Amino acid sequence: MEIDPFIFRLSIFILSIFIGYYVVWSVTPSLHTPLMSVTNAISSVIIVGAIIAGLAGNSDTIFNASSIFGLLAISLAAVNIFGGFLVTQRMLAMYKKKKKDK
Amino acid sequence: MLTANLSAIFYLISGVLFILALRGLSSPETSRQGNFFGILGMAIAVTVTFLSVGSFSTGFVVVLIFLLIGGLIGAFIAYKIPMTAMPELVAGFHSLVGLAAVFVAIAAFLNPEAFNLGSPGKIKLGSLIEMSIGAAVGAITFSGSIIAFLKLQGIMSGSPITFKGQHPLNALILISIIVITYLLCSTQSSNLFWILLCISFLIGFLLIIPIGGADMPVVISMLNSYSGWAAAGIGFTLENTALIITGALVGSSGAILSYIMCKGMNRSFFNVILGGFGATDQSASDKNKEQRPVKSGNADDAAFLMKNASSVIIVPGYGMAVAQAQHALREMVDTLKKNDIKVSYAIHPVAGRMPGHMNVLLAEANVPYDEVFELEEINNDFVNADVAFVIGANDVTNPVAKTDPQSPIYGMPVLDVEKCKSVLFVKRSLSPGYAGIDNDLFYKENTLMLFADAKKMTEDITKNL
Repeated sequence: MEIDPFIFRLSIFILSIFIGYYVVWSVTPSLHTPLMSVTNAISSVIIVGAIIAGLAGNSDTIFNASSIFGLLAISLAAVNIFGGFLVTQRMLAMYKKKKKDK
Repeated sequence: MLTANLSAIFYLISGVLFILALRGLSSPETSRQGNFFGILGMAIAVTVTFLSVGSFSTGFVVVLIFLLIGGLIGAFIAYKIPMTAMPELVAGFHSLVGLAAVFVAIAAFLNPEAFNLGSPGKIKLGSLIEMSIGAAVGAITFSGSIIAFLKLQGIMSGSPITFKGQHPLNALILISIIVITYLLCSTQSSNLFWILLCISFLIGFLLIIPIGGADMPVVISMLNSYSGWAAAGIGFTLENTALIITGALVGSSGAILSYIMCKGMNRSFFNVILGGFGATDQSASDKNKEQRPVKSGNADDAAFLMKNASSVIIVPGYGMAVAQAQHALREMVDTLKKNDIKVSYAIHPVAGRMPGHMNVLLAEANVPYDEVFELEEINNDFVNADVAFVIGANDVTNPVAKTDPQSPIYGMPVLDVEKCKSVLFVKRSLSPGYAGIDNDLFYKENTLMLFADAKKMTEDITKNL
């Protein structure tokens, strides 16, 4: 009997939760705000679903209900991707070590 | 056009890059590289999606236009936003992830063929369940984050909004979400799908309104977690590895942050997840209102004390963010350092309105991160320090948390500020902090209250140094 592909995805999911658990515990508390903004940005990878929905229609159906929701989701996720990564970069650029010559 | 297997491999690669992005945050040196991995992972995921759909027709141009519009708005916000507004920004971004998850779920529900999920009215059962979960959690994230955003912006009052029967109502709605999901899966009725979305929006709203302003660190972390679970739900629907990995990462990240925040406030995790919190008894505030003597001073006194100190610990809190005093504070510290005074910063886990809020503000003011310490690292140093400079913090310094079992904040970890030889406490008035309780620190023999705006007081002290 074949294993349902769902089980494989579930395995990936469960193992990723454990990876996330250990990786996030090792994040230094002073970087918790950048952590939030970067997790925000990466969770916007949901844009892949939006792109599939947006591209589903041909030129006649590009503005049917499903595609429109897809297109709106693309914009929302794009705000997050660009905004999230850029603001994280801006924050991280500010974290500096003590200058030795002081 | 990419084969399904090849794109799955690429999605896996971007999932791994996202893990590395979080891994990079373990220290500030590696963090910038981590962020780059994140961007790379995202670029791969988006490119692969375009290639795997492979129709470069009119649709492609339209999709690109929408992508660019969103991207430009996002980039513009990222460059313009002041660092003090970071909590609002993060809450706002969470709401967008939630809404995007809802929209993708709607798109998939209306046009399941595009995602290989069956046909309208005959969507595969598993996919429909996953879709409903993703949509419901996404909707909760969206409306919850909107409320958090409004509260943080000050558009909505930060005080908890409670009414009779709130918890039974919430429980009822949560149960009905499960029932409707079940009915939806057995009937495939699109009406039920819309109802599910509506009540999920409603419950997100109801879960957050009873939570007060200073509990926002927990709320933001919790919504962060929810946005991850929503993404994972959609990831299962779309059978997309990158989305499943990311969802799990973000979900557990938010959960851990909420746990850390809860511990910082000595509250239970489950209490928060269920949203039944923030309605702390405020009755304690009226007791103990008898006048007690308070020593107050001016910038001159404060400068005198600091000049004669050999080590100073600075305790910033939300008030510093409100007064935008971080730059003035850094200037004061620079002057102190010129006089060979050792300065360090002590950050309580729940200082500010989101995890790490104070650290970002200090970093913005060019404070080196190796002068900034967490509660456990620095708490033993207060005994040996000459001056503690409390700026905009209150409850997190209250010794009552250690001494009075009756106090609502009893058991909360606090900074041992009172052990310093002298304490300078910058505050606008003697009013109690968020928890509604008097701070015993105000009345200690070695405390000097500086009644002023945090920024102005800091500037005045610098002038007098």
